[in-house]
Amino acid sequence: MTEGHAALEVRDIACRRGPALLFSKLDFDVFPGELLCVRGPNGCGKTTLLRCVTGLTRPDAGRIAWLGQSVAEDPARFRGDIAYGGHLPALKDDLTTEENLEFSLRLRDVAVDREAIARALAAVGLEKRRRLPARRLSAGQRRRIGLARLSLDPALLWILDEPLTALDDAGQAQFVELLDRHLARGGLALVATHHNLLPPSGKVRELRIAP
Amino acid sequence: MNVPSRGTYSGGFAWAMARDLRLAWRHPDEIILTLAFFALVASLFPLGIGAEPQLLARIGPGVIWVGALLAAFLALPGIFAADFADGSLEQMSLSPHPPLGWAAGKIAAHWIISGLPLTLMSPLIGLQYGLTADTLLVEAVSLALGTPILSLLGGACAALALGARGGGMLLALLALPLFVPVLIFGAGAAEAQATGLAPTPHLSLLGAALIAALVGVPAAVVAAVRISVD
Amino acid sequence: MNWFYFSSPSTFYGLAGRLAPWFFALAAVTAAWGLYLGLLVAPTDAQQGEVYRVIFIHVPTAWMSMFLYFVMACYCALTLIFNTRLSAMMARAIAPTGALFTALALWTGSFWGKPTWGTYWVWDARLTSELVLLFLYFGFIALSNAFEDPRRGDRAAALLAIIGVVNLPIIYFSVQWWNTLHQGSSVSFKGTSMHVTMLTGMLVMSFSAWMYAAGAALVRVRSIILERERRAQWVRDLRGA
Repeated sequence: MTEGHAALEVRDIACRRGPALLFSKLDFDVFPGELLCVRGPNGCGKTTLLRCVTGLTRPDAGRIAWLGQSVAEDPARFRGDIAYGGHLPALKDDLTTEENLEFSLRLRDVAVDREAIARALAAVGLEKRRRLPARRLSAGQRRRIGLARLSLDPALLWILDEPLTALDDAGQAQFVELLDRHLARGGLALVATHHNLLPPSGKVRELRIAP
Repeated sequence: MNVPSRGTYSGGFAWAMARDLRLAWRHPDEIILTLAFFALVASLFPLGIGAEPQLLARIGPGVIWVGALLAAFLALPGIFAADFADGSLEQMSLSPHPPLGWAAGKIAAHWIISGLPLTLMSPLIGLQYGLTADTLLVEAVSLALGTPILSLLGGACAALALGARGGGMLLALLALPLFVPVLIFGAGAAEAQATGLAPTPHLSLLGAALIAALVGVPAAVVAAVRISVD
Repeated sequence: MNWFYFSSPSTFYGLAGRLAPWFFALAAVTAAWGLYLGLLVAPTDAQQGEVYRVIFIHVPTAWMSMFLYFVMACYCALTLIFNTRLSAMMARAIAPTGALFTALALWTGSFWGKPTWGTYWVWDARLTSELVLLFLYFGFIALSNAFEDPRRGDRAAALLAIIGVVNLPIIYFSVQWWNTLHQGSSVSFKGTSMHVTMLTGMLVMSFSAWMYAAGAALVRVRSIILERERRAQWVRDLRGA
């Protein structure tokens, strides 16, 4: 991966939801080590834009290139490189915290051992709740499982939709620290948020979507 | 620089099987309810039309098949609904594992917790109806061949109807017509055996349909999931 | 020449409006001729007497029920592959007519079955698979209307229609593959065992049914276009005018 070359290139992207055309002819790049914050009022299409980049939502127009290669030609490779965090937590109530984290990572084809999982959960303050079924966790605690997952996932591109929701101050600080480490390693992040994220070692740019 | 994982079909399949079976183990209500429903439906017929042994032996093969089909149908929403609601289906769609793997895994796990128990329980119900041992065997074999087809076709319909209004009725309209040929050949096999004819033509057709479904339907399920997640 | 000129709902709206009356007119004329041939010209059948004449409704509607499903499935394939709006609207426009023809085929068939086979219905391969076709049409209509977002309904129903295509060969070949009560096919590309006026009457009625279906689909698609595109400027101009 050469420095100075955009890792994620999005060109001419457009999407409608129902009768409304949310955005069109949108172009942007994200470079290694950079955080691109997507901002805009409620309902302007931030979530839809993120979902279009991941490929969950099929855009009405546009091309996405990852590391110089069109995503449409090799979607499996792109999926291997991204970690997506949407509004829904993707946790199973009947599985324990530990099992949820383990299954999330196995789904991403990330090989982890028990100790790594235990350490990651301890780092986010969930070590006492490792064996509890997820239904017994609070909203903030469930979000922290997501943080633990990000800390163990080697994905290059993070695509996160309002990642600070439900997190308390300590949780938010932890997220910024995780983000900082990720960017310092050369990772990228595309984040929709209304907070001001300030990771010390990464470049932060903004993309505003006007209604 | 890390080389991203591309995942594997077997990896996705094993993941889905392990997770869904563990979830079913933690929450066995669904299996118990499926079997209880099967037993209840099968009990309704003698109560409704009289318990004369000859009549029961005559209708037994068909009733058992209808009961198993209805019980399998009721278990269908459980394949994808929970994963759709909590966002797991999105994460699965973004997994490096090819979707065909985990989609097939989910359906296989669903069959293990619905179709397989129904198949294993069918001889008990068959005894209630006074069916002979060879008929019971053919009935069980036809169910073993037919219920996976129901899980596959039903799974595709359940995936199509994710997030739709109309709930169970819509799913019934989509799935039950597709179930009809499976019922005809499945019950037909057992009835043939009961009346002294050879069940092999029906069973071979069922087997062929199963192979065709195994080859063709998982791709349809993947397409339906992709549409629902959009 | 722009081949895709009419693939936009706004331009197709006008074209459909101009074409539909011609299809209906053709349908009416050929129906009159076909019924004349069928009811007055074709000779009495040696075995069945006069009741066989229901064939002039039964066979055309049965053929059209399958043909319309196939056309609908083609439009659905276009919808999924090219993500076009108009193809989804055409599929929705065809479905009710397809369901109508299927129901007519089943009803006239059962009406014919009583005097000839002694029963209104039998669960043989052809009748059962035609009934499944009727439910596929119903399922298509229900599924396409079951979502808040009509595009989602378009795509889900399109997938259903394509999966259901597998039923068409089953209906068609069922009389060859199984020993059924329904008679084998008397008409094929190689020739026919029927009397020539009966055949002509059947073909003319089939053509009439086809023209009717085209006209009905075009009229229906116009109202679907208006509803789906109601926020577009050209629709608002139409309403204002």
